[in-house]
Amino acid sequence: MTAQGHDADEVGIAAGTAQAGDRPVAGASRGPRLGPPLVEFLLRLGDDRLILGHRLSEWCGHGPILEEDIALSNFALDLIGQAASLLRLAGEVEGEGRDEDALAYFRDGVQYRNCLLVEQSRGHFGDTIVRQFLFDAYSALLWESLLGVPHEGLAAIAAKAIKEDRYHLRHSSEWVVRLGDGTPESHGRVQGSLDRLWRYTGELFEADAIDQAVAAQGIVVDHRALRSRWDHLVDDVLGRATLVRPAEGAMQRGGRVGRHTEHLGHLLATMQSVARAHPGARW
Amino acid sequence: MNTARAWEVLGTVPDPEVPVISVVELGIVREVTVDPAGAVEVVITPTYSGCPAMFEIEKDVRTALEAAGATAVRVRTVLSPAWTTDWIPETAREKLRAYGIAPPGPAERGGLISLVRARPPVPCPWCGSTQTTLKSEFGSTACKAIHVCSSCQQPFDEFKAI
Repeated sequence: MTAQGHDADEVGIAAGTAQAGDRPVAGASRGPRLGPPLVEFLLRLGDDRLILGHRLSEWCGHGPILEEDIALSNFALDLIGQAASLLRLAGEVEGEGRDEDALAYFRDGVQYRNCLLVEQSRGHFGDTIVRQFLFDAYSALLWESLLGVPHEGLAAIAAKAIKEDRYHLRHSSEWVVRLGDGTPESHGRVQGSLDRLWRYTGELFEADAIDQAVAAQGIVVDHRALRSRWDHLVDDVLGRATLVRPAEGAMQRGGRVGRHTEHLGHLLATMQSVARAHPGARW
Repeated sequence: MNTARAWEVLGTVPDPEVPVISVVELGIVREVTVDPAGAVEVVITPTYSGCPAMFEIEKDVRTALEAAGATAVRVRTVLSPAWTTDWIPETAREKLRAYGIAPPGPAERGGLISLVRARPPVPCPWCGSTQTTLKSEFGSTACKAIHVCSSCQQPFDEFKAI
C-alpha cells in the first residue's frame, strides 16, 4: 500500500488539546487512531532509527568492501541503540508497561510511525548510501533543534545521538560525492537512486497536529527552518557530487500515521519472527 | 567498603574491548556512592548509544565490587551529560598508544559538521610517523577508526574523538 494523497490534517487529534500522559485520543472518523502526542512523537523518532538500523544490518556480511561492511554495521548499531533509548522513553511516557522490546517486536505495521524513506528496500549500495545521506542530513539537523528542549530525557538522547550522527553524515556525504563524481556507471546509478528516493523526502518536513501538541509542551521543531537548512546542506553535497537535484514532484507520505509501503511488512516479518515465536525468551 | 575503595576497585575493571585501560580511565563511571551498610551504587554512561559492551561492563563492575566486599551493587545508566573522549586522561592515552591504538584528538564541538575531516594526519602509534591515511571512520568497534601508516606499512586503530 502506498499512501499518496492523504493529508496530514486527517490525523485524528485536535491541536493543542492533548498533553503527555493523556489517554489515547480516538481518531476522527476518517483518520487513524493515535496515542498521546509525546508518545507518538517519540515513536516517530524511535521507529525511523529502528527501521533504518535494521535495513543497514542487512548489509552485514554483504558489503561491497570490508570497510563498508564494517561501517554500515556500525551505523546500524548506533541507530538501533538510539532507537532503544527512544522507545524505552516512549514506553515510560505511555505508562502501560511496554519496554523497548515490546514496542519493537510486538507492534504491527499500522502501529509503526517511521517515515517511508527508511523502510524502502536496501537496493544496491548506491541506493543505501543516497538514502542514508538524505536521512543523516535530516537527522543531524533535527537533533540539533532538539538539544535544548525542556524534556530532560529527550534532550539527553539528542545530545548523545547528534555526536554519532555527525560521523554518519560525513561518511555518507563522502560516499555520495565519491559515487556521484566517480565513473559514468556510478554517477548514473546514484542519480537513479536519488530520483527514486526523492519522493519520500517531503514527509520528513511535514508538521501535523502531533508536532503542534508537543510544541505546546516546549518540544518545538521549526520544520520550515529545518527544511531550509536541509536544502542547503543537500544542495552543497549534490553539487560536489555533480548530481542533479530532482524536480519537486508529488511526495509520498503516510508513515507518520501508520500508512506504510509494502516494504515495511516484509521487514517486520524478518525482524519480529524470533521474538514472536518465542515470546519472553531469554538467553 | 567505602567510596574511595569502590573507586579503587573500579579502577581495576578493564574495558572489555580495550583491556589496556579501565572503565574509570575510559570515563564511563560517572558517580559512585556507598551507603553505611556497604551497598554500592555505580552510575555509568555508555560510550555509544548501541555499544554492545555495556552489558558486559555492568556485569564486570558488579562482579568486581562484590568480590571486594560490597553487600549489594546497583548499576544505573545515564545518558547525560553525553560521554566524550575528552574525559580520557593523559595517562590512559599513553596506555592506548603503547597498546597500538592512536589516542583521540580533541572532540569536535558546536556547529554542525565540516564535511571534510579537519584533523591533521594521526601519528602512527607504532612508528610515530605522520605519513598516515584515514581508511574509514568506522572500525572494529564503535569507538575506533581505521588508519594505515605509509612509513611502517602498518594498519592501526584510532580511538576516535567524539
